[in-house]
Amino acid sequence: MATIEVNDLYIAYGEKIAVGGVSFQANSGEVTTILGPNGAGKTSTVESVEGYKKPSRGSVNVLGFDPYRDLPKLTSSIGVMLQNGGIYPRMTPLQALHLFHGYYKNPLRIDYLIELTNLQGTLKTPFRRLSGGEKQRLSLALAIIGSPKVVFLDEPTAGIDPEGRLAVREVIRNLKSQGCCVLLTTHELDEAQRLSDRILILDNGKIVADGSLDDLMSASRGDNIRFSAPSGINLSELSRALDAIVSEERAGEYLVSTPATPDLVARLTSFLAGKNIIVGDIRAGRSSLEDVFFALTGKPIESESQPTSFGRKSRRSR
Amino acid sequence: MKPYLAQARAEIRLALTQGESLLVTIGIPVIVLVGLSLTKALPLPKTAHSATDFLVPGTMTLAIMATGMVSTSIATGVERSYGVLKRLGTTPLGRSALLLAKITSILVVEMIQLAVLAIIGVLLGWHPVGNYLYFIVAVILATSGFSGIGLLMAGTMKSEVIIGAANGIYLVLLFIGGIIMPISALPSALETFARLLPAAALSEALYQSVGVGGNIPVWVWLNLVIWAIAAPVIASKTFKWDQ
Repeated sequence: MATIEVNDLYIAYGEKIAVGGVSFQANSGEVTTILGPNGAGKTSTVESVEGYKKPSRGSVNVLGFDPYRDLPKLTSSIGVMLQNGGIYPRMTPLQALHLFHGYYKNPLRIDYLIELTNLQGTLKTPFRRLSGGEKQRLSLALAIIGSPKVVFLDEPTAGIDPEGRLAVREVIRNLKSQGCCVLLTTHELDEAQRLSDRILILDNGKIVADGSLDDLMSASRGDNIRFSAPSGINLSELSRALDAIVSEERAGEYLVSTPATPDLVARLTSFLAGKNIIVGDIRAGRSSLEDVFFALTGKPIESESQPTSFGRKSRRSR
Repeated sequence: MKPYLAQARAEIRLALTQGESLLVTIGIPVIVLVGLSLTKALPLPKTAHSATDFLVPGTMTLAIMATGMVSTSIATGVERSYGVLKRLGTTPLGRSALLLAKITSILVVEMIQLAVLAIIGVLLGWHPVGNYLYFIVAVILATSGFSGIGLLMAGTMKSEVIIGAANGIYLVLLFIGGIIMPISALPSALETFARLLPAAALSEALYQSVGVGGNIPVWVWLNLVIWAIAAPVIASKTFKWDQ
């Protein structure tokens, strides 16, 4: 039996269906990532696995328990990092760590957590005066203080500082090696690609892809060539010359959706030479998770520069 | 037990380190007690032998109202809007231990308040007379009622609204709660209305039990018991843990 099992999960808010028939499993010792644009149903899905939300239909099972009904039996085995922190605004990191230390039977050492999440300089600052990254790091430390078997990290790198990003990666690697089941949600492809053993792509409340990074890559358009050159090359002419589909992704950035054989590269350069077009660079490579995501959902993933959703201001605007 | 103790310690520390909260829980009651005892600017009940007979029980009422209703509603409202309550929901603390910790914190703060007001009262010449058991029962009933009102606000209103509403009610009840002047000094329609609210009942109970040693009227007990049961029940039915 998998550590987390979700079967045909539906979550509806009145008429609106946020999650429409999601099924997946997540195993111990693995990082399972739910990737999707904002509003795809990531948080609703995760909150039903955390026990916050009652499924409108379907079943959720965590470590053998129904998280909504049996939450008190699960709380000592799970760790949660919420998007909004959820920490007393006047409490300092040191006080929060001591408080949470008191909740668990076998908590991790506080000084170890401080070092792991690099909170040394912030220990006496009230939570509300911490930077977004410091808040995220404290929230992460509190998620793992009880040595949980299952850890939920909801957008752990949203609005985080580079230091925090490294801390998140380090912590996730540690958790994995200790056999923890990590369920991560993110809209950041790079983090998903770097950290995940398994990726679920969620769009409009439905899973549109589920597999390892390799699975997802090979199921998609595969290898390609990218090159930069002045904008406005005749794409249909070039496509005919190369016998492959060419698209202009952004002004002056072209994508040739076919593997980079020496012959193809030769034909591309001679075509461009024949037109007297100056080429910036030519890169052969595998399609990125971004390409996969775009192909499956038909939309680009959001940029990283999302506002951190701490505090009341951003909450109201949601 | 361990999670409860950790939580109770944290709640007490938060309550005793919040400046604005200490102003309404201790600062204003002390200022009112000292100021009005010395100036005798407002009318006293006819049965009072001295200003402190009336003002010590009155400011104790103000103090209990401040802790139970004002501090509890504002603090818990902030916790709800910041997602603290939601986050605590997935820890081994549990809702009953959280509630117990909050009650513990309220009672600890109240003991400090009552001790401070009693000591200042005695320094001002107060001689407590009466029934301490009635005093304790009345304080506990009123704490339940006021905390229920505080949690009702915390669980249903936005935290910005709570701050205004709680302080507004505090101010209104200061005038019509038998705290700084007897409700008999109010216009009779207002006096009848005041008798329905928990502040006037508590101030009357405390005035009779430790102020002048008189009998506590039936309406006072009825009022305190109804608020003590109804407010927490309504709060628990309507409380939204997650904003």
